[in-house]
Amino acid sequence: MARKYSKDHEWVEVSGKTATVGITDFAQEQLGDVVFVELPEVGRTVAAHEQVAIVESVKAASEVYSPLSGRVAEANKAIVDDPAKVNADPFGAAWFFKLELSDPKELDALMDEAAYRAFAAESH
Amino acid sequence: MAEAHTPVRRTPLYALHCELGGKLVPFAGYELPVQYPTGILAEHLHTRAAASLFDVSHMGQVEVIGEEAARWLEVMLPGDIQGLQPGQTRYALLLNEVGGTIDDLLVSRPADDRDGSKLFLVFNAARKAVDVPYLKTRLGPAVRVELLDDRALLALQGPQAAAVMARHAPDSARLTFLTQAPMSVAGIACRVSRSGYTGEDGFEISVPAGDAEGLARLLLAAPEVKPAGLGARDSLRLEAGLCLYGHELDETISPIEAGLAWVIPTRRRAARDFPGHSRILRQIEEGPPRKRVGLKVEGRQPVRDGAEITSESGSVVGRVTSGGFAPSLNAPIAMGYVASPFAKLGTKLFATVRGKAQPVSVTRLPFVPTRYHK
Repeated sequence: MARKYSKDHEWVEVSGKTATVGITDFAQEQLGDVVFVELPEVGRTVAAHEQVAIVESVKAASEVYSPLSGRVAEANKAIVDDPAKVNADPFGAAWFFKLELSDPKELDALMDEAAYRAFAAESH
Repeated sequence: MAEAHTPVRRTPLYALHCELGGKLVPFAGYELPVQYPTGILAEHLHTRAAASLFDVSHMGQVEVIGEEAARWLEVMLPGDIQGLQPGQTRYALLLNEVGGTIDDLLVSRPADDRDGSKLFLVFNAARKAVDVPYLKTRLGPAVRVELLDDRALLALQGPQAAAVMARHAPDSARLTFLTQAPMSVAGIACRVSRSGYTGEDGFEISVPAGDAEGLARLLLAAPEVKPAGLGARDSLRLEAGLCLYGHELDETISPIEAGLAWVIPTRRRAARDFPGHSRILRQIEEGPPRKRVGLKVEGRQPVRDGAEITSESGSVVGRVTSGGFAPSLNAPIAMGYVASPFAKLGTKLFATVRGKAQPVSVTRLPFVPTRYHK
């Protein structure tokens, strides 16, 4: 499935009932060098738009929101151990967490790539 | 990201910042690069390893000119300004009537000043609107303040700064920390000071605005030198344990609380002739109620400006004034003010981050040893 995007600069890729969530290239670029990541605990139930993770750069702290509702199935410990991965590969190795979706219809509210590009250009 | 529609000024290096891919942000009324494409971490580490060029043209540069300029300046500053030798620079604090800090600044007596009638001041950009009127209303009628708005200020900082400067200004090798002299840098008439805000050896070069870009390009052409922005400037000064106005210093904080008692020499203490002297001298005698401290942060999560500091019993004992990630130490560090009983080295405290109490401990400043050329 094509990647979808939230207004909080998270991306989502859904396969079956599982969504992989990360922050966008635009978001990591805005943050600068990432030095700390805190991820949600596996098993936690989260609602769409709920704050679930923290990402901090040398300069700034930022909250990461879950774009969708569900249960956290997996958290990517690799970015906790090496936060710089978030800058290096935001759409790949530096995914944040995986969700078992409780309401896949929520996906319809997210942006496709073209819409997100326009949105990010505006918030620049 | 809505931005306020206040007029934002550009420094003479604006075009160069854009060309170098600087990420420009509004800062103290100026548009300045927070970082270049390599990022804050790389810029910070490069400064400690080699040399970086910073645009600090936003800072206030003024001359105080007139008979007994030094004596008049001492009316507002508790330092030894009259004792400055030609070519000497001192760190000083501008105080208000309650002994709070209006600004921190560098005061220099030009090397060619023979009769003590001229001083050169460099102060914080954000305080220009406060400092200049404050000086003007208190200086004697025969002393005037001239804002040097037509000059840029470049800072070349790092262990290889001296080697780079020596190529373009051989006389710079004679300068030691906190001395300055007028000199030609690659044929441009500059005022060069051996000083900086990174904890490293380095120079601050006051240059005519029209020559600033050419000089910056020349310095950046050296293989040792890379550009660095405000982000690295802040992380470097935090590691060096230096105060940032609006954070470690403000109109309520006294020099004694800030750990800057050394700016007030014996002569001035005995004379009791500076603003706020009763509070300041009492604090010297009895100890201040709060003190600036360095904080070592446990774990990896940075503790930021504004975080509450609590004791082991849970009561609030202070507040973080600067905090971030220290690239040289690969760990978070912070500075803040705590009630004096909690300021002893090694004291275990907590900083509140997102509602959670994160363990910190009082540690010696600076976090990274300074390497000034004394």
